[in-house]
Amino acid sequence: MTRKSTIAASFVLIVCMIASWIVLPRAEAIFPTNSMEDVLFISSPEFVKRASLGYSGLLADIYWMRVVQYFGRKHQRDSLQYKALAPLLDIATTLDPHLTVAYEWGSTFLDQPPPGGAGDDAAAVALMQKGIKNNPDNWHLYMTLGFIQYLGQHDYEAAARTFAEGSETPHANPALKVMAAKMLTDAGSLETARFMWQSLYDQSTDKDLKRNAELHLACLVVDQEIPKLQALVDEFQKRFGRTPSSWNEFIRLGALRGVPLDPLGEPYVLQSDGRVVVADFKKLPFIHEGKPS
Amino acid sequence: MMRRMTAVAANTFREAVRDRVLYNLVFFVLLLVASAPLLGQISIGVQRVLLINLSLSAISIFGTIISIFLGISLVSKEIERRTLYPVLARPAGRGEFIVGKYVGLAGTLLVNTSAMTLGFYAALLLMMGGLGRADGNILIAVYFILLQFLVLIGLALLFSSFSSPLLSALFALSMFVAGWFTADLRGFAESNHGLQGWLAFASSYLIPNLASLNVITRVAHDQPIPAALVGYNTVYALSYAAATLSGAALIFSRRNLK
Repeated sequence: MTRKSTIAASFVLIVCMIASWIVLPRAEAIFPTNSMEDVLFISSPEFVKRASLGYSGLLADIYWMRVVQYFGRKHQRDSLQYKALAPLLDIATTLDPHLTVAYEWGSTFLDQPPPGGAGDDAAAVALMQKGIKNNPDNWHLYMTLGFIQYLGQHDYEAAARTFAEGSETPHANPALKVMAAKMLTDAGSLETARFMWQSLYDQSTDKDLKRNAELHLACLVVDQEIPKLQALVDEFQKRFGRTPSSWNEFIRLGALRGVPLDPLGEPYVLQSDGRVVVADFKKLPFIHEGKPS
Repeated sequence: MMRRMTAVAANTFREAVRDRVLYNLVFFVLLLVASAPLLGQISIGVQRVLLINLSLSAISIFGTIISIFLGISLVSKEIERRTLYPVLARPAGRGEFIVGKYVGLAGTLLVNTSAMTLGFYAALLLMMGGLGRADGNILIAVYFILLQFLVLIGLALLFSSFSSPLLSALFALSMFVAGWFTADLRGFAESNHGLQGWLAFASSYLIPNLASLNVITRVAHDQPIPAALVGYNTVYALSYAAATLSGAALIFSRRNLK
């Protein structure tokens, strides 16, 4: 090939490649295809396991990675539907029945109400029961299932049973026995909730699970503080017949020492209608009180 | 006899080591091992498990490719290049030639697997900041992978002793795939009677049982591997490899090379 023809061929190559990149999106836009996110290429976990030819552990990791990516993308877009989440988790845990992280985190993804998660308590419980069946000696799984029954389903008797069963496993955390007792006596109180999350925080070795427990504890603090602050504001309105303009009015009156801060260090917001809310609800997704309207 | 077999084995080893494709495959495996910590970052809580699964699976898959494709070319290449005739003209029997070739390739795979395992342990050390007792368990999985290679080289040699390279590759790959379903075949045999059941039963023992040689997922979760399994798998794989090798020697000694 001469130098001239080499240059010509290189030029044609570059120009044609660029032209194809320009044309392709326009062509694709004419008949848009559905997003691949919700597509399960193979829906039978058993078939995937057989087809893996013994490399099921690696395939399980790949499916778990897909679960995390799928959940992360949907979560970021505040999606209300997580159609493929439960089947993907089923495949990952069938491929590797001992992948405990998939049960623990997967059930959390399934259990959290939308848009934070799929809001599918039943699927979360089914996944955890599968995990316990495959790993009967792992007390962490009983603890997670108990939490779902307690917080997601509010089925305190079932939660008590699960915690009690978990406490019988080898090397079980002694807190499980206390949890079982608390479920039967004082399940609905904030104090019990705080004890539960504190126990989870203390016992978790996984830094992400620890962070999750920490966030729940922070949200519980908010749930306790907001009603107190709201009571202060209501009292002010009753006394002065108007809505306070800022926290400074309370500081001047000596009712507060400074601007009240949430556990993340952000000041609580006093709205013009007199409602006390958190500054950023997305950073405290598990709160029940102080959600902005 | 031993000297002649050693000479063939050493020559096979030298030839394989000079093959650039082999280096590329080993390099690719090491690249995969190095990428495992990065892949772990985009997941949750499986960094170590993923590193073990990915590394051992890569070692197994690429080793399998080397076992089958180099295994089938061991004899055919010699015939094609006509380098077999001067070897056989010397006082070296065809059986010795086959065994020598087998030992040479097995040695190559031993060296390759050792290099890949060292790369894997280096990655594990970097990721975990140290090695524990449980990490030693992983060597059992690597040993089983090596046993799998011994079985596959034997099969590749057996098929190449009477068939063309293309068909040999097809047969060996089919045996590799079927090797993961021997338990199913046995289940099928139990639910069927007569000739069908008997054939399924016989096939389940003729096809190598590769599933029992795979403990990758178990070691990834630090589950103990019983010493009995190590013993049984060693005896099984060596017996199977010896049987295929004997078959290859028998067939090759009767093959018309004219």
